[in-house]
Amino acid sequence: MLPHRHRVRHVGKETSDTFTLELTPTEGTRAWSFAAGQFNMLYVFGVGEIPVSISGDPGKPGTFVHTTRAVGMVSNAMRKLRRGDVVGVRGPFGRGWPVGDAKGSDVVLVAGGIGLAPLRPALYQLLANRESYGKIVLLYGTRTPADILYRKELERWRARLDVDVQVTVDRATGRWLGNVGVVPSLIAKASFDRLNTVAMICGPEIMMRYTALALGKRGVPAEHIHISMERNMKCAVGFCGHCQFGGHVICKDGPVFSYDQMKGLLTTREI
Amino acid sequence: MTVHDLKPILAEHPFLKDLSSGHLDLLVGCASNVRFEAGQFVFREGEEANAFYVIRQGRVAVEVFSAAKGQITIETVGEGEILGWSWLVPPYYWHFDARATELTRAVVLDGKCLRTKCEQDHELGYGLLQRFASILMQRLEATRLQLLDVYDTRA
Amino acid sequence: MIPDEASSASGTPDTASHTSTKVVLEREHFDRLFEALRRRNYAIVGPTVQDGSIVYDELNSSLDLPCGWTDRQKAGTYRLEKGEDDLLFGYTPGAHSWKEFLMPSAVRLWRAERDGTGFNIVPDEDAAPTLAFIGVRPCELRAIAIQDKVFLQSGYVDPIYRSRRRKAVLVAVNCGQAGGTCFCTSMGTGPKADEGFDLVLTEMLDDSRHYFTIEAGSSAGTEILEELSLRTPTDVEARAAGRVCERAAAQMGCRMETDGLKELLSRNQESPHWDTVATRCLSCANCTLVCPTCFCTTVEDTTDLTGDHAERWRKWDSCFTLDFSYIHGGSVRSSTQSRYRQWITHKLSTWSDQFGTPGCVGCGRCITWCPVAIDITEEVRALRASESARKAADPGKENDDSA
Repeated sequence: MLPHRHRVRHVGKETSDTFTLELTPTEGTRAWSFAAGQFNMLYVFGVGEIPVSISGDPGKPGTFVHTTRAVGMVSNAMRKLRRGDVVGVRGPFGRGWPVGDAKGSDVVLVAGGIGLAPLRPALYQLLANRESYGKIVLLYGTRTPADILYRKELERWRARLDVDVQVTVDRATGRWLGNVGVVPSLIAKASFDRLNTVAMICGPEIMMRYTALALGKRGVPAEHIHISMERNMKCAVGFCGHCQFGGHVICKDGPVFSYDQMKGLLTTREI
Repeated sequence: MTVHDLKPILAEHPFLKDLSSGHLDLLVGCASNVRFEAGQFVFREGEEANAFYVIRQGRVAVEVFSAAKGQITIETVGEGEILGWSWLVPPYYWHFDARATELTRAVVLDGKCLRTKCEQDHELGYGLLQRFASILMQRLEATRLQLLDVYDTRA
Repeated sequence: MIPDEASSASGTPDTASHTSTKVVLEREHFDRLFEALRRRNYAIVGPTVQDGSIVYDELNSSLDLPCGWTDRQKAGTYRLEKGEDDLLFGYTPGAHSWKEFLMPSAVRLWRAERDGTGFNIVPDEDAAPTLAFIGVRPCELRAIAIQDKVFLQSGYVDPIYRSRRRKAVLVAVNCGQAGGTCFCTSMGTGPKADEGFDLVLTEMLDDSRHYFTIEAGSSAGTEILEELSLRTPTDVEARAAGRVCERAAAQMGCRMETDGLKELLSRNQESPHWDTVATRCLSCANCTLVCPTCFCTTVEDTTDLTGDHAERWRKWDSCFTLDFSYIHGGSVRSSTQSRYRQWITHKLSTWSDQFGTPGCVGCGRCITWCPVAIDITEEVRALRASESARKAADPGKENDDSA
């Protein structure tokens, strides 16, 4: 699969190590749509290609929005891109969040750190069809208040009367007057119908595991809990073998999986 | 609000669920209402610990202060949660500061009073210890997750 | 020819029910087969002796075949030897497999040229050669069919594999002998070729004669045989050819106990046996390199010194390397035991979930070419034994290894 050329429309800093890239197709490249939870492979000329979740609005195809951390060679090169630069895009790949299947249920989105980026498209979709869902709860946790992603949007969502938004941080200084504590601790306090809820969790693997456990303790069945897995990826089309996880291939069977598919795997070391 | 009015408030609290009516009465005998303004300390590190708080409204930050690191919030305790376990185990003093971050209303239970009653009524004592063990377990698990610093990707 | 495709490379529809043409070819006329293939513009690749072993390389004539050569193989050992007779195909496969040609070890995916504000991607023209594979063993036919499933029938299609596969003609050879590490009978993949070939040869050599019976397995194969204009085998010849594989079937060097194999592996992810094999395994990746079905690859993005020209290459990779599973900060499978477990579990268990059959064809290459002589069939045995021993030691405990 060849990368399709896209132009950088905007590069914006989010937090100290996180940034957002907005890409539009170049002339001759058609715009295409994506599902919440899918990812693209982004190529920086001569540097390399990495998988990055799409974090924009599925209702607004034509611009790809990618929020990612600058942790390696390619992501650091991406951070230095400027408006007008060209990036190669392959995708969208993968199985996304079950937003459609969740109609008629309460929806609990639980995000940890950068995990809010792949969940944001799901929230956009839920809000675009608000009347199709019951309660919508967004629980978000990150390391410190300075690491809160999409802060202004979080405040806007929180201000809505039809969405319950709770934010917590692992540690804080005195200026932070909000919650301090881990994300799973927000589950006990959240209000949703445990027997009619679809939960979508995204964040570091440990955080997802303990959040799923906390949801299970509340009585949410495992098949209604969904997580987004991550592994090394090279081809994104199921051929290179790098993203094998148990019998699953994350680029095709995932990255979104239901928790009952994952249970044995998440607690098996080095699998 | 009279002391008698506290019984239904305590009875419906999930932490004290399934305590017998008699035991609830014993607790009510040690209970009173309390209120903290935003920024007010609930207790200070080093002070004698003779109470625990059932938070009814608001939020309390458990804090630690040092010259090197300034003030750090370890966790916050909010509506429906329990604050304070140092009253249970000698030498009965607070290990951290606790400060209300917003207007907070709580029911405070007198630790000395409760300890005496638990000595006299071991069933009450066992029931309370069971419940506090559960809280301690949750806090420990949460603390361990915080220690893991899962959001930090520096190798 | 890809059996499932509706039309063959020569454009003739391939029906499933064509009657298979059988002919007899004398040894001294063997090059007629080469010539017929060359007339169709096939470059011929097949077994030849090089550097002390039998490898797959371009062949000019039947003289390049390993006539009279054989090999002795066992776990961790390969020795090329002179055979007792002049069989053309009297050996068992060496380290090479046909994946060298169908999914090359290094292939460029595309180039990119810097262009003012950005860059242009320049796809490579399809430079896939048109090859005839001579001497494809039944286990290798099955390995190719398994890779067909992976690259052509699992959602996405790999254009590099498809192009090479479509153009290739497969001239198979039934096995008259088995090697010291062969276990195709256990895996149901040989020693006789059933399907998936364009032509299949059975080599017959006795005191008086040296000849081949050839059977067509596709319309392309039939066309070639018709052009060769050879006679059909007599009943005696046909019967003799039918018995050649019996000897091979009786000689298998190894045996895989396949009973409940998939479940055995998925139950034993936490078996202490993985620690045991890890004391031997060097994670050298030899097994994955020689395995005819292993298909993992990586991509490399490079630029030249000017920084204006970039290329993306696809290269073979192995799940045994430390950074195969690297994600921010570390590798998921950093221990040798986790990597060995991953390879054998994928090969014998999860492969079935993904592709419908096990990934192993019983060729024995991984056993021969392992420098520390790890034998995959023995590892399965050991895993079973380890599980039974633990059950016997603690019968009350639920076997919960894969909770």
